[in-house]
Amino acid sequence: MVVFQKPKALTDAVLTYCPGCTHGIIHRLVAEAIDELGVMGDTIGVAPVGCSVMAYNFFNVDMVQAAHGRAPAVATGIKRSDPKKIVFTYQGDGDLAAIGTAETVHSAARGENITIIFVNNAIYGMTGGQMAPTTLPKMVTQTSPYGRDVEKVGYPVKVCELLQNVDGAAYIERVSVDNIKNINNAKKAILKAFTYQTQGKGFSLIEVLSTCPTNWGLSPEKALEWLRENMIPYYPLGCYKDKYAQEAAK
Amino acid sequence: MSTKQVLFAGFGGQGILFTGKFLAYEGLLSGREVSWLPSYGPEMRGGTANCSVILSDTPVGSPIVTNPDILIAMNLPSLDKYEDATVSGGQIFVDSSLIERKVKRSDVEANYIPATKLAADENLTGLANMIILGKVLRHTELMDYKNVGRAMAKIVSAKRKNLYDLNLKAIELGYSYE
Amino acid sequence: MSEKVLMKGNEAIAEAAIMAGCRHYFGYPITPQTEIAAYMSKRMPQIDGVFLQAESEIAAINMVIGVSSTGKHVMTSSSSPGISLKSEGLSYLAGCDLPAFVVNVQRGGPGLGGIQPSQSDYWQATRASGHGDFRRIVLAPDSVQEMVSLTFKGFDLADKYRMTTLLLADGTIGQMMEPVSLDMGEVTKYEKPWAVTGTKGIRKPNIVNSLFLQPEVLEKYNIERYERYKTVEENEVMYEEYMMDDAEFCIVAFGIAARVAKNAIKQAREKGIKAGMIRPITLWPFPKAALAKAAEKVRAFISVELSMGQMIDDVELSIRCKKPVILCSRVGGMIPTPENVLAALDEAGKIGG
Repeated sequence: MVVFQKPKALTDAVLTYCPGCTHGIIHRLVAEAIDELGVMGDTIGVAPVGCSVMAYNFFNVDMVQAAHGRAPAVATGIKRSDPKKIVFTYQGDGDLAAIGTAETVHSAARGENITIIFVNNAIYGMTGGQMAPTTLPKMVTQTSPYGRDVEKVGYPVKVCELLQNVDGAAYIERVSVDNIKNINNAKKAILKAFTYQTQGKGFSLIEVLSTCPTNWGLSPEKALEWLRENMIPYYPLGCYKDKYAQEAAK
Repeated sequence: MSTKQVLFAGFGGQGILFTGKFLAYEGLLSGREVSWLPSYGPEMRGGTANCSVILSDTPVGSPIVTNPDILIAMNLPSLDKYEDATVSGGQIFVDSSLIERKVKRSDVEANYIPATKLAADENLTGLANMIILGKVLRHTELMDYKNVGRAMAKIVSAKRKNLYDLNLKAIELGYSYE
Repeated sequence: MSEKVLMKGNEAIAEAAIMAGCRHYFGYPITPQTEIAAYMSKRMPQIDGVFLQAESEIAAINMVIGVSSTGKHVMTSSSSPGISLKSEGLSYLAGCDLPAFVVNVQRGGPGLGGIQPSQSDYWQATRASGHGDFRRIVLAPDSVQEMVSLTFKGFDLADKYRMTTLLLADGTIGQMMEPVSLDMGEVTKYEKPWAVTGTKGIRKPNIVNSLFLQPEVLEKYNIERYERYKTVEENEVMYEEYMMDDAEFCIVAFGIAARVAKNAIKQAREKGIKAGMIRPITLWPFPKAALAKAAEKVRAFISVELSMGQMIDDVELSIRCKKPVILCSRVGGMIPTPENVLAALDEAGKIGG
């Protein structure tokens, strides 16, 4: 009896992420949701620019690789072309909350029936550890070598808090993958977001707090601890908006 | 008539573009080559507006009328700007209720009609453009007068019968003005 | 043949696109082409199509990428400053070998420039909107009828060669009305096995992508792309010759400049000056061979442009500088007059040997 296997919605390609990076877990959770809903043959994913730029090699579905920050616009085009398809984007913090802020906010405002998986690790990973829109105050990065000085460079962008006020958004939740309990919660949230899409309920975004051991300069285990101690207090976990919460409770 | 270059000029809001469109449509219906080119942009709202219409028996080259055969001036700046550009032997039509001065050129045919005042007097507010057009049709061979109805039907929707009637009434008023 | 109707150039583009099977339009308001968006916003809901006003030109071109990835006809339109914003997407379209139809109704620049007609995006259109080695097909209509026919053809060329077709118009042609026939014939359907339509569990995933980190692979794709471009250059050049049989002077002009030039040529011939014109209809591929042939017999060329002199480069390259080339230009929203062109012909008469 097989008790544990790779989801069908993941290819056999070896992940190219750094050891200890939580992208692998998040990829798996997305793939499990696609498997459980039985929509693999009807799903189209959009890969961003960032560490997950090559996500098209890992998801076993049709994929489009988008320009930096533009994934929600590309996803809008795909979904408007074929509303029956399940369309998701997989984006990092620089992609979604800096260069792609307009595309993010407006796809939410339009209530596009798409799902956005937003991986927030508070740093630009692919380019080698620069300050991100979500880099915490005082956090040291390659381009904030003295720590993020909010007086000079401003404050981090809290995406869920921002989008909960956008009328077009249906479901906004922040989760983390730092321990088993949180991974299970993340799984539920991601599955719910995809389920909502299959039901035509509109725009959903799941923010997943993630680690970057390489650019944080920490071991994978220490990185998880750092996430718990620093990121979760600044970016509280939980559901920020669910238009259909009452309906779901029934 | 081989080619006639017509320039309608006035303020935005006077129906300059509409008048040109009417003439262009009649040209199309009578099987001629036509072009219609508006001035466009912010100046359309209350500033100067003009519209080039060319009717021809041969394909129209440039759609831009720089030297009109027929100039319709519905405000003073338009007459000032285009009087000298009008071709020798051409015709200038002036709304004399808005332009106090006369045409200075002696090598063109000048026609005057107080179109805006007539429109106000006859309860045809906003249709001075069609009144002056009636005058133009009387003194030119731009189109066969009996065809005004079919061109109007092309640009005023059938649902707006009242507007259709008023426009024709305005043309008739200008056409018969002595 | 159906009855001719009087249409504005911009609206004619929109209707022709619909006839070409386009059911997805994405755009952002900008003068002097907003009529296209307005027309689409009215028509698309009537025919189960999609009109979406995007949050930016950047978003609009990326929505185009999304639809094109699914294999359907799609378009966006803008004017000069907006095309600059779309440049990133235009490069990605090329890198992904996606078909798309894009319209630029040009206005004066640089910067915010003005809103009156211009042709000063010639270089941007034929060479440099977007990074990387790539070409796009550039069509230059000179009448409202060509707005229709070239839009219809533009969608076909885009599919046929998996390229972007750019319709390069200007404010005059966009705003003017002329009678048009909308008889266009059948739309050719092309197989698109590369499109993302869902695997249905019966094929391997399709990936629409422009990222190739191994230089050998990226080089290979670039070379293959240029081989395809070569077939476009061999098969798709379009131009009009006007009074060239006995011409001693060859005017080269496209779009509204060509319309003005026709008036000038008639006037010149009345004065005994044998002028003719080659009007490029495809700006890329440029009608190099036709110009090279003309260079064998004419005394000089005159490039008539609404720019400080951009197409003149292609004229000189085409004729390998065998004959003098004179620039006749107005810019900033001004349009050359027939008198400007006649003056250039006079100048050519003095220096052309």
